[in-house]
Amino acid sequence: MQAAHRLGFVLLLTPLVLWLALLIIIPHIDMFFVSLRERVGVGEYETSLANYRTFLEEPLYLMTFARTAVMSVLATALTLLIGFPVAYYIAKIARGRVRSALFLLCLVPFWVSELVRTFGWMILLRETGVFSSLLQWAGLAQGPVEMLYNDAAIMVGLVYTSMLFMVVPLVTTLDSLDDAVIEAGYDLGGSGPSILREIVIPHAMPGIVSGSIVVFMLSLGNYLTPIMLGGKDSLWFTELIYSQFIVRFNWELGAVFGFMLLILSSVIVWGTLRLTGQTLEKTMG
Amino acid sequence: MTAPDLECTHLTKRFGDTTAVQDVSFEVPPGSFFSILGPSGCGKTTIMRMIAGFLAPTSGDIRIKGRSVLDVAPNKRPVNMVFQHLALFPMMNIAENIGYGLRRKGLPKAEITRKVGEVLERIGLPDIGARKVDELSGGQKQRVAIARCMVLEPDVLLLDEPLGALDLKLREHMKIELKALQAAFDTTFVYITHDQSEALVMSDNIAVMNAGQFEQVGSARDLYYRPETAFVAGFVGDSNRWRGQVMGVSGDTLQLRSENGLELRGSCHGRRLARNDTAEIFVRPEAIRLGHSAQDVSHFDNRLSGEVTSLLFNGAASRILMRPESGGEEIEVTLPQSGEFAHLDRGAQVHIGWSSDQGSCFAAGTA
Repeated sequence: MQAAHRLGFVLLLTPLVLWLALLIIIPHIDMFFVSLRERVGVGEYETSLANYRTFLEEPLYLMTFARTAVMSVLATALTLLIGFPVAYYIAKIARGRVRSALFLLCLVPFWVSELVRTFGWMILLRETGVFSSLLQWAGLAQGPVEMLYNDAAIMVGLVYTSMLFMVVPLVTTLDSLDDAVIEAGYDLGGSGPSILREIVIPHAMPGIVSGSIVVFMLSLGNYLTPIMLGGKDSLWFTELIYSQFIVRFNWELGAVFGFMLLILSSVIVWGTLRLTGQTLEKTMG
Repeated sequence: MTAPDLECTHLTKRFGDTTAVQDVSFEVPPGSFFSILGPSGCGKTTIMRMIAGFLAPTSGDIRIKGRSVLDVAPNKRPVNMVFQHLALFPMMNIAENIGYGLRRKGLPKAEITRKVGEVLERIGLPDIGARKVDELSGGQKQRVAIARCMVLEPDVLLLDEPLGALDLKLREHMKIELKALQAAFDTTFVYITHDQSEALVMSDNIAVMNAGQFEQVGSARDLYYRPETAFVAGFVGDSNRWRGQVMGVSGDTLQLRSENGLELRGSCHGRRLARNDTAEIFVRPEAIRLGHSAQDVSHFDNRLSGEVTSLLFNGAASRILMRPESGGEEIEVTLPQSGEFAHLDRGAQVHIGWSSDQGSCFAAGTA
């Protein structure tokens, strides 16, 4: 019995261990060693921190790095601001069929590939696109208006792509809040904003944090949306990684970039958890 | 004459086509314990939510201390509610839970701390302010939920079946405690429940509610001994129930022949019933006297004999089921606790009797 138990445990654990080891731990260890390699001649390498120095000394890299971080935080905040009322409506106000229909509507865009979805935004926003034509038709613009290839377009795309990942954890946590608790708040003299601040948001905190972490990581690591919707002034850090690996074939610098991105996301997630007093177990469990 | 703390007049609530509450009027004098007792779905929760302000009545008026509160929002009404599952705020500790309403009123911090301390003292839990909600026992949570409302000094405290989630022993204990708390705070309590023993033990006045209407309002004793409708007779306490035709009327006493042929005598307590009417008669198991021989019960005007078919042992509330020889359904009779019938067995021959005064008759078809 005991042995059978153990065998079952091992069998269940094997895929997880394999997945972690083969796809995450081993590549990262390898990347780490690659990042510490300096090419001194053809096929000759030395161990040094030269690649990290390159990253720190080149303003374009640093600026893009910081821009990506700030934009991702902003996208996360916007997604939360838009997603919270949506989730609240689904979890607390909608009933029965309306509720499931609304939930499904959040999911529907994900039946289409991200590429096609992003292309949808291009159709709407480009110079000859729907919005531009509408503005001209209404007489609000004289000539064609270009709305693509700027930071705002990237932001729209990122928020749109991330919405579901914010709404789902929020609906789950808000769902677990007993309606009577909200009513008790009103009964004891609370007003709408005070109940939101003292009762609803504290209760939804695990959902807010876990949704934000997921959205932040997705935005930070997003490649397609910034490439398609952003212009030459709207570089995303993942574009730099791509160009180092694929275009310039400078794997060493690419590995450094990859590591910096990993460190950035780890630091920001850790900071958010500390700031909100949440733990990873509480938000992900 | 002081105005009643709570007064509802011709209160009606309709949801679409269904009428949840129909033309209900009552008043609750200051400092009394008023219960609304009824089966689930009878509309008692709707009344409570209308008083609290979560629902607007379709018609009728609600007055608290003489002032109509219909256009007062729930967070401004001088009424607080203890919810069925208490609805303590899990994200706050006990002191913060109790202080919530005071904070919303904008009281200074020092005064909030003082008031919270006082009310915790009063409910007998002075040192739990810093604890979390889930660290308390069921009974403690109950008291905290009441304290959270009482600290605001409401004119009326509403309680929505707050004992439903407790186990039996604790429930019995909390009944007494609630009554004591009500006396200590000297506040009007309006309590809704489907559990008759809760209502009977605690209340000064009880309204029995059925299908959106009040069947009878009165003291526990009135409801138990002098039910005014068949529904009240059937709902409050246990009863043996027969349906039959009125064979004769003399004053208050009726002669009835039940559908399965029993000749019974009952009293209509002033209700109008005439010969050949169909009537229902209710007799409480404890109103029936049990005897070994026919002489034991000879002074009653209802007498039956038969065989014991079951013993329902339940300590002090033990009963027997007996099937009368003259036919008909089994009759429930309370077993006297004097020890005289301690060795009664299934199949034993017994004689039972009760006075016609103990049989309440109602015109059939009302319940």
